[in-house]
Amino acid sequence: MSGPIETTVRSPRSMAWARRRHAFGAFCREFSRSRSGMVGLGFLVVIVVLALLAPVIAPAWMLDLTKLLDQPRFAPPSLDHPLGTDDQGRELWVRMIWGARVSLLVGFAATAVSMIIGTVVGIAAGHFTGWTGGLLMRIIDFFLVLPSLILAIVLSVVLSRGVWTIVIAIGLTSWAGTARVVRAQTLSVESRDYIERARVLGAGHWHIIVKHLLPAVLPLVLANTTLTVGSAIIAESTLSFLGLGDATLQSWGSVLKNSMDVSAATAGYWWYVLVPGIAIVLVVLAFTLVGRAVETIVNPTLRSR
Amino acid sequence: MSSTVPPTEAVILEEQGEASVRSSPAVKFALTKIGGALISLAMVILLGFFAFKILPGDPVAKLAREHPMSPEQIAQLRAQLGLDKPLWQQFGDYLVNVFTLNFGESYVYKQSVASLIGDYFWNTILLTGTSAVIAIALGLWLGQKAGWRPGSRFDKVTSGTSLVWWSVPTFWLALILLMVFGGTLHWFPTGGMVSPNSPDDALGKVLDVIWHMVLPVTTMVAVVYAQYVMVMRASVMEEKSADYLVTARAKGLRDDDLRTRHAVPNALLPTVTLVFLHIGGLVAGAVTVETVFSWPGLGKLTYQAIQGPDLPLLQGTFVVFSAIIIFTNLVADFVYRRLDPRVRRG
Repeated sequence: MSGPIETTVRSPRSMAWARRRHAFGAFCREFSRSRSGMVGLGFLVVIVVLALLAPVIAPAWMLDLTKLLDQPRFAPPSLDHPLGTDDQGRELWVRMIWGARVSLLVGFAATAVSMIIGTVVGIAAGHFTGWTGGLLMRIIDFFLVLPSLILAIVLSVVLSRGVWTIVIAIGLTSWAGTARVVRAQTLSVESRDYIERARVLGAGHWHIIVKHLLPAVLPLVLANTTLTVGSAIIAESTLSFLGLGDATLQSWGSVLKNSMDVSAATAGYWWYVLVPGIAIVLVVLAFTLVGRAVETIVNPTLRSR
Repeated sequence: MSSTVPPTEAVILEEQGEASVRSSPAVKFALTKIGGALISLAMVILLGFFAFKILPGDPVAKLAREHPMSPEQIAQLRAQLGLDKPLWQQFGDYLVNVFTLNFGESYVYKQSVASLIGDYFWNTILLTGTSAVIAIALGLWLGQKAGWRPGSRFDKVTSGTSLVWWSVPTFWLALILLMVFGGTLHWFPTGGMVSPNSPDDALGKVLDVIWHMVLPVTTMVAVVYAQYVMVMRASVMEEKSADYLVTARAKGLRDDDLRTRHAVPNALLPTVTLVFLHIGGLVAGAVTVETVFSWPGLGKLTYQAIQGPDLPLLQGTFVVFSAIIIFTNLVADFVYRRLDPRVRRG
């Protein structure tokens, strides 16, 4: 951190970085004060570590049906089978850990797609006035209103099955909310004097967007990101549940689909339904808690909450 | 899950801003709104063509890969499906079909998609409509109470439960309710819309359907009301600090009157648009809820179309679902205008 008296001349770039480091430090301190945010973050770290270590904790053969022939099927949770087993004798806890990989991967990747589209379209809709902005606004409104799950279903049906199809389907259908928030923020920043000054000094669209608008909207996008990961995970599980996922991969949604295929809900195999669902709820809840904590920090109008 | 993030004040503020711009005489207002809805519908139709005719590639080639066919058979099938024509002509055919509600024949049901949708349409409206009314009433009521005293015990409990419901996948909640109340306790039927031995009299029939509706409606309400709580809570909190409320309080109005007569009507305005915006989420929820409870509606049709895959059927439900949502949003615009005299007078 710079002292009160700075004698050496620093370049604008290094000053900007120092300012950002400072802001990031302040953000982290503020975040660590939010108890619910920290609980959510801690839980997510544990899950991510478990997912990354899946091959170490539970070697892949534990999912190989040919090696599980003497395993009991539909064994309720017990000391031998902590979370019970499924209709083919696989341990549910193993499926959960492997499923976390796919569910989190899809959640993050789809969110990235959604955030990039949302930010680009949102800034463009706010920055370019006239018919470009009007048309973009029309498109944003259209996608905001359209039932994204239905559209995602359509996309996953017509494209070839696979994890990346799901990512694209969710990403392409969930960006409108972000675009709208980004557009609103862009409009409010655009009306400030320093943008006017930059424009008078001859700054082009590209300069204004990259140097002024993008830094101003990114905190909001960040808050939106954590919230969107949660809903992307729900969307992934819904699509897998409807049978649109990659059947060869484990995901929490596909475990639930298997449980419905064997009517676990009405046949009394309660663990088969409860375990994957609780996993989804806890992870999504954690993302929501973190997202709300971030939102409270970056959006000053929410501070009073 | 239409809009993917819990709405924030930023959106609400913007809605307010937009609303004050929409100030024009009644006829012009109606024309712009109807025009906008028609444009949206046209975009859905375009999107449908893109998704069902261009993205999937050549369906005949796909079929030929799965079932060996002679070149003559392939050519005949292509001519039968109109795939040998140039793209613009295919688009023309597609437009004619959409406007005459001719979506072709379902592969799975072996009957016309239009008549299938006609049979199932009102079942879905019954289910989602009931859920929407209950969810909106419950959500707005809880939201305004919670927002009036942010940080109170009531607020903490309401917001906390809403956040949890927010994180629950619709289909999973449906499975849990099915498991507890259908499979274990046998309080409610596990699926369908009428019992096989449904009573003969009219009242008995109605009660039978209601009995079948309890679990699916509960599921949809539980998942959706949380969004309304959040929106209404934020809106009331915003309104709470307004000057006119200070004046009203200074006049000596009771706190409850202040809330119900002054704050809530104003807080309702920005909420209305968002409430209708979330109808999309409700409709999407219908797909999984109807699947789990085998409710004979458009959602179940969609599920069966996925399993096929039955593209004509999927295309039909996609267009109809989208049309329902565009229509509700159009209604929302008119309701908003009725509610807010500022928009009306301009």
